[in-house]
This record gives sequence, C-alpha cells and structure tokens, in this order.
Amino acid sequence: MIHTVNKSPYERNAFDSCLKHAVKGSAILLYEDGVYAAVKGCTAAARLADAVADHPVFVLGPDLKARGMDPANVVDGVRVVDYGDFVDLVVEHGTVQAWL
Amino acid sequence: MDEEMESGVVKKFMFVNRKAPYGTIYALEVLEMVLISAAFDQDVHLAFVDDGVYELKKGQDTAGIGMKNFSNTYRALEGYDIEKLYVEKESLEERGLTEADLVVPVEVVSRAGMAELMDGMDVVLSA
Repeated sequence: MIHTVNKSPYERNAFDSCLKHAVKGSAILLYEDGVYAAVKGCTAAARLADAVADHPVFVLGPDLKARGMDPANVVDGVRVVDYGDFVDLVVEHGTVQAWL
Repeated sequence: MDEEMESGVVKKFMFVNRKAPYGTIYALEVLEMVLISAAFDQDVHLAFVDDGVYELKKGQDTAGIGMKNFSNTYRALEGYDIEKLYVEKESLEERGLTEADLVVPVEVVSRAGMAELMDGMDVVLSA
C-alpha cells in the first residue's frame, strides 16, 4: 500500500488523516501542495519526522522546486523522487490510497 | 459606470490571499484581479495570510511541473503603484519562513494587526 497526499497540511486535514491511518511499513508520497509538509522548519514537518520511523516517505522533487522549496532541505529520512520514480512506486506497492 | 466611479471616489480595497500558488487556480486569479484593479485608481491593499504566504516564496522554478511561474509578477506590482503588501507574521512562522524568504518587500504584521487592517477596508475580496 502507498498513501499519497496532495493537499497542504495547513489547509486540509488530508496529511494528518493519512498519518493516522497508514499502518506501519506502508509508504507515503507527498506531491503537489502536499510537499509543504516535508520542508524542514514548518510545524507539519515535526509530525512527518515522527512518521519517518514507521514509513518509507517520499516527496516529489518537481513540486518542491515549483514552490521555491529546496529539495536538500526536507525532513531527514524523506527521499526526493521524480515522476518516473512516482510510477515505479505505484507499480511496486500495488494499491494506492489517495488522500485528497 | 456608476456615480461613485464618475465622481472619483477612492475606496480602500483589500485582496486577501490565503491559497498556495500551484495546487489551485485561486492565487493566480487573485493576482489577475489585482492587476485589473490597478486600472481603476483605487487604494489597493494585498494581504497574505495562511497558505497565501507561500505565493511570495523566493526561488520558485516551475519548469518541472509544466505550469507558468507567476511569482515574478508580484515584483511588477510596484510599477502599477500597488505597494501596500502585508504579510502575517504568524503565518510565516508556522511555515518556517521569514521575511528574507519573500520575493518582494512587504510589511510584516501581527495577526491582530492584520485583523485591524481588514476591519478598516471598504471592499474585501478573498480567495
């Protein structure tokens, strides 16, 4: 199972609801406005840092760059991926749960 | 054209930006409205609160997502005599941002200060 979040953690509760429902070991991918949660120093990043211990966490690089966020400045343990990796992750994990 | 426009009444307008720039069309549409408003010689104020502060983040590069990068347009507002930009301090802090992260000079105001500003407007348009 891979969970995807594309909404800002400050505008919707999709990010927090995802963290509450994702079982240990399932993957989490942040894209579009969801990437803001991965940026070090914001209040949501602290919650994501806790999740990294239990989940492989990914963030889409092109969406970070579009928003002026440095891919080198994401929460420790979060892996920055591109669109090709996005496809591979979906194929690898089979089921996608999209938190819209 | 209504009588107020003909008589040259100037109203205090505020455009309230509360959305991040690329996930939805709101931020770009408000910016279009702001540019149009410049043609009417009104007293225009821009407020950036909540995710709206992300609109002003430096270093946006949209080449990888195939969308127009409109962040530079905020820097052009000065040329339209739109220079009253207010950014809420608490919204910046929550997102780990500072004034130095922004593409344009702004006035950083407290949440209470922003509330007072909003209360003093004649027309408020929000997205």
